[in-house]
Amino acid sequence: MNIIAVQGVSKVFRQKKGRRLLRDHVRDIVSRNQPDGFHALRNVSFTVSQGESVALVGANGAGKSTMLALICGLATPDEGTVEVHGPLAALLELSSGFHPDLTGRENVMLNAAFLGLHKRQALEKFASIVEFSEIESFIDQPLRTYSAGMAMRLGFSVAVHCDPALIIIDEVLGVGDSAFQQKCMERIHELRRDGKSLLCVSHSIPLVRELCSRAIWLHEGSVVMDGAVDEVMGPYEEFMLNPHGLRGGLRGAALPKLGARASSTD
Amino acid sequence: MITWKGDYAYLLWELITKDFRIRYRNMSLGVFWSLLNPLVLMAVYTYIFTKIFVNPIPHFNVYVLSGLITFSFFTTSLVTVTTSLVDNAAIIKRVPIRREIIPIASVLASIIHLVIQFLLLTCFVLAAGLGMTLNWLWLPFVWLLEVVFLIGIGMATSALNVFIRDVRYVVESANVVMFWLVPIIYTFAQVPAEAKDLYQYNPVAALILATHNIVLEGRAPSMVLVSKLAVVSFATLLVGWGIFKRAEKRFYDFL
Repeated sequence: MNIIAVQGVSKVFRQKKGRRLLRDHVRDIVSRNQPDGFHALRNVSFTVSQGESVALVGANGAGKSTMLALICGLATPDEGTVEVHGPLAALLELSSGFHPDLTGRENVMLNAAFLGLHKRQALEKFASIVEFSEIESFIDQPLRTYSAGMAMRLGFSVAVHCDPALIIIDEVLGVGDSAFQQKCMERIHELRRDGKSLLCVSHSIPLVRELCSRAIWLHEGSVVMDGAVDEVMGPYEEFMLNPHGLRGGLRGAALPKLGARASSTD
Repeated sequence: MITWKGDYAYLLWELITKDFRIRYRNMSLGVFWSLLNPLVLMAVYTYIFTKIFVNPIPHFNVYVLSGLITFSFFTTSLVTVTTSLVDNAAIIKRVPIRREIIPIASVLASIIHLVIQFLLLTCFVLAAGLGMTLNWLWLPFVWLLEVVFLIGIGMATSALNVFIRDVRYVVESANVVMFWLVPIIYTFAQVPAEAKDLYQYNPVAALILATHNIVLEGRAPSMVLVSKLAVVSFATLLVGWGIFKRAEKRFYDFL
């Protein structure tokens, strides 16, 4: 069963800079200079089936985060469709929903509500959330007194307690210490064994190799390769070591070849 | 598109209490600040309008305080709700909750301040020997209509503020004009006769008129006044909701 089905998706940002003041609107009207927009994604299609673990890889600005936003239902595609079946826990910017003036406890309850827990569930799981994060002694302190690593621990802990069918990881484990990273990896493997799907965005090639069996390589909004992790990561690593040498090749002749190879591995 | 299958009642409660906690946690005197501002303004206006521009309104301090509290409920909630989506951008870019809940929670959170300030007004009412009547039961009802109006207008302004960040300054200027369009330091009787009918269509003016009726005269607001308040409030909600629904598809791109 497909848990995610992405079909011919394109996403255009009208403005590279989203934040606008009145003067920007006036300037557009006066100059009649309609910006073309920025293609974050061009005609992307793929599916993820139940229990699969897939990595999205690519250089900065390749469209990985935009793809995650579309899958999480945060943004709407300009073309194509995105279908997702079942609840998902997005480990996107884990501590971004935290407020610095609220205590750890208040932030846990608020975040549990955001992630879809009911009050009873949130209260039941509270002890286990705090225990996993290992910051019991700071739980009633305001979050502004926490280090980045502590906030991340709390954020990860809340997210994995929400019983998702699909886990999305967006480069979040970086700030944790190695002991906690190890604990997170164990927890993710545990969830994988329970048959949860995993969608992972990371620049860490060892992490991708450890967690995922399949990789989708995005470049400038298009899928370059989609296949088994070993098959994709080789050319991807080569590209990342020498992006300028290959860039012309990717745009030109190599792209259809790579694309053809990708569809044959499907 | 996926749907969020959480508990909206719990989320709403958490959002409302979050607003309240954040506002008072960094203040040494906490809720007292909520009372200080209307008290100072009441003292100043009462002095000016009983000693300098002498006017015949009885219990002027109660009159001016009931107007000020109602007016500041409208203006402060409108400013906070206008920036609510931008302030909560981190949440909107992370969790697929229905976006309406953000402005709604923002308006509902300001009811807590209204209630606290209203307790202060009640003290002045009792001190003036006016007493409370059964007609005070009208107060929650007219407040509810005002909340409906605020949610409607707040949905429109908060959504527009995502695309054009200057909207909050427009709202702040409109609030200054609004002060003179409602009966805080003058009476409804002084409004020109030809404008009286139209004047009542302003929900903020209607709410203050109703509060004066209930608190100072101990009588129920007129049916005409309440129906005008209700009609404008629900019409605003409908329009605001429509604007919000059209705008929300592009929130992610602009936040």
